[in-house]
Amino acid sequence: MGKPATFRIWRGGPDGGGFQQYSTSVEEGMVVLDAIHHVQAEQAPDLAVRWNCKAGKCGSCSAEINGMPRLMCMTRLNELDLDAPVTVEPMHTFPVLRDLVTDVSWNFRAKKTIKRFHPRLPDAPDGTWRIQQADVDRVQEFRKCIECFLCQDVCHVLREHHKHDEFIGPRLLVYAAALEMHPLDTEDRVSDLRHRHNIGYCNITTCCRQVCPESITITENAIIPLKERVVDRYFDPIKSLFHIL
Amino acid sequence: MPEFQRFSYDVLVIGAGGAGLRAAIEAAATGARVGVICKSLLGKAHTVMAEGGIAAALANVDDRDSWRVHFADTMRGGQYLNDWRMAELHAREAPECVRELEAWGALFDRTPDGRILQRNFGGHRYPRLAHVGDRTGLEMIRTLQDHGIHQGMEVHMECTVLSLLMDDGRVAGACGYDRERGRFQLWQAKAVVLATGGIGRAYKITSNSWEYTGDGLALAYRVGAELQDMEFVQFHPTGMVWPISVRGILVTEGVRGEGGVLRNSDGRRFMFDEIPDNYKEQTADTEEEGWRYTQGDKNARRPPELLTRDHVARCINREVKAGRGSPHGGVFLDISWIKDRLPKAADHIKRKLPSMYHQFRQLADLDITREPMEVGPTTHYMMGGIRVNGDSQMSSVPGLFAAGEVAAGLHGSNRLGGNSLSDLLVFGRRAGRYAAEFAKNNSTATIDEPELQSTATAALAPFERGPSAENPYKVQHDLQEIMQSLVGIVRVESEMRQALEEIDRLRARAERAGIGGNREYNNGWHTAIDIHNMIVVSEAITRAAIFRKESRGAQFREDFPDKDAEWGKFNIVIRRGASDEMLVEKRALAPPPDELTAVIREMK
Repeated sequence: MGKPATFRIWRGGPDGGGFQQYSTSVEEGMVVLDAIHHVQAEQAPDLAVRWNCKAGKCGSCSAEINGMPRLMCMTRLNELDLDAPVTVEPMHTFPVLRDLVTDVSWNFRAKKTIKRFHPRLPDAPDGTWRIQQADVDRVQEFRKCIECFLCQDVCHVLREHHKHDEFIGPRLLVYAAALEMHPLDTEDRVSDLRHRHNIGYCNITTCCRQVCPESITITENAIIPLKERVVDRYFDPIKSLFHIL
Repeated sequence: MPEFQRFSYDVLVIGAGGAGLRAAIEAAATGARVGVICKSLLGKAHTVMAEGGIAAALANVDDRDSWRVHFADTMRGGQYLNDWRMAELHAREAPECVRELEAWGALFDRTPDGRILQRNFGGHRYPRLAHVGDRTGLEMIRTLQDHGIHQGMEVHMECTVLSLLMDDGRVAGACGYDRERGRFQLWQAKAVVLATGGIGRAYKITSNSWEYTGDGLALAYRVGAELQDMEFVQFHPTGMVWPISVRGILVTEGVRGEGGVLRNSDGRRFMFDEIPDNYKEQTADTEEEGWRYTQGDKNARRPPELLTRDHVARCINREVKAGRGSPHGGVFLDISWIKDRLPKAADHIKRKLPSMYHQFRQLADLDITREPMEVGPTTHYMMGGIRVNGDSQMSSVPGLFAAGEVAAGLHGSNRLGGNSLSDLLVFGRRAGRYAAEFAKNNSTATIDEPELQSTATAALAPFERGPSAENPYKVQHDLQEIMQSLVGIVRVESEMRQALEEIDRLRARAERAGIGGNREYNNGWHTAIDIHNMIVVSEAITRAAIFRKESRGAQFREDFPDKDAEWGKFNIVIRRGASDEMLVEKRALAPPPDELTAVIREMK
């Protein structure tokens, strides 16, 4: 019942590599990761691929499929044109370790530079808080993030300009937004967002939002409100006027 | 001679899911130097898959709840094979652990007065699960991860642990390699906490991620730790059955908690057909009463869809075998029917079960607000594991601790939904605390250098044998087929004997497994290492299942279909014999103190 399909898979390491073509048989309902596993089990046992839950929940199997950053486990083959070879390559923004696996450790280091959660004092004598569901709902969207780093992969500040040392990228701006808008948090990250994390580098092209497998409205709901906070504090003409007076 | 990168800690935590991270945070808080080893990237552990919630008797939704009721529910669910002390500590400490998580930034769904909302779940008498939609596991692991990275622990991502090192009868650390580059590493430690999770990958149909190859169980077994209750593998009643490539992926019990019903191909709610005696009093008589229960009516009793997982899984199995299944070999789970009862039902479903909606939409082209899902049992959880002290979580090997799914005791013969996430928090915290204390009271152990070298040499042997030797993926695949067909939901001695013979053959094949390429992120190499662990675990499951000649909880024996009170007095313990043979023996359960016996009797 299977039918043949061809995959062009990037193979190589830090010193370079290229595409290799594999044919395998595919069945109804299969996703790209299934095809990669077939190739691995039958033809290329040392093919490197990072994956984990295979249910779109852990965000491990990020790659570029026919040029689009996607999760391999959530990309169904019936959405792709199988008459032509399907191209699978590693994310471009991070250094390649081997084949489809990249070194994403920078994301973990950069996260540590964001000030941690700091709650207000408890509301009740038993040490608990009272929070309204509406306030929970507002940040839920950001907390759905599975840290697949596809948004980092398409962000041109990182992908084209390699500003990893100066800019934290959409994923971590979403993380900062989740903390800034957390109903209990009292920390102030606005100065860091401007000076340390250079939120100004983002020119809201919405590429990140378009590739998010969790459909988080990254640009409009996370980044723009944070930019507004920065603008309110540092660039409000009325406030500046008061400052001069 | 292979080179090792060397690290030294007070406490080494192996595994970075909920239990491992909670243990690491606790140990670090005492001032201990803590190392954490992840099999995957940080924050990707199988805990992210947990959907339903964290069971804790906060009594926010129903003030009749208390730790006593939670304790009694857990014991009843486990058919009284549980370690009573663990069940007691778990029920007492879970609420505090949930509040702690909130103080670290976790955001749970709320009650109208702003407290943590709790939902109904199978086997829990009152609404008890703190949750965030149906992605509670992600919320929990992200909270622990984001809190943990500021606690000073050192995290080693994507590492395989090859063995635990011993010094004069106590644990001295562990060695392994980082998968990214294949460099050998030695993690010396005064105490080690195993938090490596379960064994689902030993079966063909499973809800578990690739990491779940029983590593911690095999590591502990090899250094002499005792395993317990290995016959009790939980088959979750509702996994996806179609398309084939996603077969096994979990469909949360929360679907049934929100009013979802199970039907066979005749459209019949077959769960009403057979209700076990010990749950009769708590189960609804009519569909109407069941519906009212899911909508929070305190005077209604729960629908039979919310009976314990072992029972629901067997009923589904029965319907399928009797030819009343769905087109792809499952049964129907329908949440869309609630549109007859609720206005804006589709929005309600999307809000309460967002990731289920998403999962079926994307993977099966199915809209769960309009159509029923097809579901069937999937290998989900190992109740058994490393035998530990209920208070400290230390195994029978000094300095070796275990917490979470890799440890045995709390769940007895069957785990209630929601009791896993709370298990991770309560016993992760305890293991971290007692491991740090052990480290404080003991000096650094000596590393057995020749042992270290021979471990590395053995690990590289698959490269020596080369790519034309036995294919490790094929060995893994064949093992999964055997466990699925011969040691699955319905078991019989003759088939399990056959499984043991097959496992012997697979062991020989695993020893001949070979691989090409180099050591950098070589999945074939990782598989060649992992299959040894899966084989140890599979043998333990099979031997324990043969030994227990009764049906109880998750173990159903066709040749011994009834529960036997005599077997209710024993756990089955497995350990490694002097000449590497697997020893299986009965170990009498310790009776609970009078006070707890009274609680159990009162709530029976």
